[in-house]
Amino acid sequence: MADTRFVVSSSPHIRAEEDTRSIMLDVCIALAFPLVIAVYFFGLRALTVTAVSVAACVFFEWAYRKLLKKPSSVRDLSAVVTGLLLAFNLPVSVPYWLPVVGALVAVVVVKQLYGGIGKNFLNPALAARVFLFSFPVWMTSFPKPQPGQWNALPLWGPVDVVSAATPLSFLKHGALPADAYNLQDLLLGQAPGSLGEVSALMLLLGGVYLVVRRVITPRIPVAYLGTVAALTFLFPKGDAAPLEWMLYEVLSGGLVLGAVFMATDYTTSPVTKRGQWIFGIGCGLLTVFIRYFGAYPEGVSYAILVMNACVWLLDKISLPRRFGVPRLTRFIRKGGGKA
Amino acid sequence: MIFPFQGGVHPEGHKDATRQKPIEPLPPPARVVLPVSMHIGAPCEPVVKVGQHVLLGEKIAVSASPVSAPIHASVSGTVAAVEVCPHPNGGRMLSVVLENDGADAPHPDIRPFGSAETLTAEELIAVVREAGLVGLGGAAFPTHTKIASGLGKVDTLIVNGAECEPYITSDHRVMLETPEEILGGVRALMKIYGLESAVIAVETNKPDAVETLRRTLPRRGDGVRVAPLATRYPQGAEKQLIRAVTGREVPPGALPAAVGAAVFNVDTVASIHRAVTTGMPLLRRVVTVSGSAVSNPKNLSVRIGTPLRAVFEATGGFREQPFKIIMGGPMMGVAQHNLDAPVVKGTNALLAFSRGEGKPEKEPVCIRCGRCVSACPMRLLPVYLYHYEQKNMLAECERMRVSDCIECGSCSYICPGRLHLVHSFRTAKQKLREARKRGGN
Repeated sequence: MADTRFVVSSSPHIRAEEDTRSIMLDVCIALAFPLVIAVYFFGLRALTVTAVSVAACVFFEWAYRKLLKKPSSVRDLSAVVTGLLLAFNLPVSVPYWLPVVGALVAVVVVKQLYGGIGKNFLNPALAARVFLFSFPVWMTSFPKPQPGQWNALPLWGPVDVVSAATPLSFLKHGALPADAYNLQDLLLGQAPGSLGEVSALMLLLGGVYLVVRRVITPRIPVAYLGTVAALTFLFPKGDAAPLEWMLYEVLSGGLVLGAVFMATDYTTSPVTKRGQWIFGIGCGLLTVFIRYFGAYPEGVSYAILVMNACVWLLDKISLPRRFGVPRLTRFIRKGGGKA
Repeated sequence: MIFPFQGGVHPEGHKDATRQKPIEPLPPPARVVLPVSMHIGAPCEPVVKVGQHVLLGEKIAVSASPVSAPIHASVSGTVAAVEVCPHPNGGRMLSVVLENDGADAPHPDIRPFGSAETLTAEELIAVVREAGLVGLGGAAFPTHTKIASGLGKVDTLIVNGAECEPYITSDHRVMLETPEEILGGVRALMKIYGLESAVIAVETNKPDAVETLRRTLPRRGDGVRVAPLATRYPQGAEKQLIRAVTGREVPPGALPAAVGAAVFNVDTVASIHRAVTTGMPLLRRVVTVSGSAVSNPKNLSVRIGTPLRAVFEATGGFREQPFKIIMGGPMMGVAQHNLDAPVVKGTNALLAFSRGEGKPEKEPVCIRCGRCVSACPMRLLPVYLYHYEQKNMLAECERMRVSDCIECGSCSYICPGRLHLVHSFRTAKQKLREARKRGGN
């Protein structure tokens, strides 16, 4: 046995198989559920808008790092996830330059300027969406779903949208959209809305996939959806029956998309258990607050962005109990357990 | 079954390669290298001179410090050198090198002391101290010191047969092959502490060991029970084991005795019995030799001081050029660079990996996924500790209780961004120690 050089490194010497790329790939798989139904309801244009958004995000991710001579991070697939989520938050009828502008804001301004994956403090896709509200004409006209009509919208050229009222615009005025869209429509996705937010069922299926694969824990979605459900059940608007009102509120708009895929974004949500519960509840409170008292019917994006900015604080105030120190002592001895 | 502490991870076991392999004695080598420290605590001073003839079991290095364990000749022969030699902890250390005369002639003072029944508690402790016993699970804390720290305080004796590190089966084989010796040692410890009961804790991935120990019980020990533990790393860590078995949490910076518990590794316990009944000090130990680069993985009974090279050769050498050699388990073991370093008292395994296992990480990136937080059995926030350490914010590290880190490696293992978390916390602790030394407080 000849002596050769062995690698000497710090323990542990084995690593779990999952890495950043495999996690992002799982998120992409989970997002395929709502994407498939979006194509079914909105036609092939749902696919082309998504493709443009993903391609633009990946391009900006690559170009930024290339220009600054940093190692490429395209392989980790996080830009693909951002591209998918950005597209999901747009009406399917948007012109193609819109997701490109959104991708620039999401990937370059919100993510890379702060140092890239894991360093941004706002969810890139959501921040981009909110920026794109500067173009209200395109951002607030929602075409009506037309199941199975592949060419419902033209792939090229200007889109002549007959825009339809979304379920949330009914709720905004304290009325159930029961005649226009029933609860089953909302579950399946047969109501106007952003590309990837319309089918609560598919989004939940994607969420279940992420939980089963242990990519996310259900804490944030449960806290978020539970809070919205509880508040809307307790305080229905108009003369709607509480349960029905609650179900419409939960299934409408981007709530399920936000609760399952946006609020659970690792980088912009707390890492502690208690922090995650508080974060989810905070998102729920703000969403209902904005929906009830704001000027705009949709509250999810703003709610999550505001909570994103609180993450550092939430982690700080929700440190787990120190091993070997009883709970009571923790409160008496302030400062998180300096022995 | 006892469910575990919070946190932890589930690395793949890889124990099949050696779990069925009975312990084989490895013939002593022509030369043994005995470092003057194989334990936590004060190093010993050599008491032999070059050229002197020593007998099997003769003391060759001692220390007056209470936290130390004497070193004995693991072969009979001539002192070839007293010099600085490679040590498996990575550094070099003063060592006594013995030329084996092949006679294995025991020292005349070595004779059986009797049994746990015939000796007093004080006499038993003295036997343990003279036998040079240390924790054989890997930590190598002097056993008599540990016993002394708990006298009058311990109400729960836990024998640690968890063996939660992947690949290692040395304790498993000891439980299967010498359960009577383990029970004998348990009885000695029960006598020392004046206890009526004891618990032998074994992970459920070793059902045969649970079965064997239970079958041995009725004949030998009343009050001793076998507790199967959920399989989860780091179940065998002292604080986690105490938590799982008793529900008690050892306070930060305190010893297990603070909550009335004492934990001893199964092989340490068996060694106590052997020291009492044979009078022979600790001269050999069981080492699992495994990993993808090893031709024929085995459990070997090895003389302490045997060069690592000789141990690997005894298993048929390497099937391919190893990429990494580890003493101990893959989660907490120490990477080796020199095969001339010897087996020491705490060497429970020698692993050799070919490329593929434990390959070097790509550029590490934190995505704040929080897996490290869920995996930390000490309820720390590794993600924050890491960022503070990287920015040299030591006061923040201290406030976030980096001192509580038991360096089990769960966070690094689970990190999808492949951060070197544990390494960073070791660095932070080291910097804090230095700062404290400089500051004088």
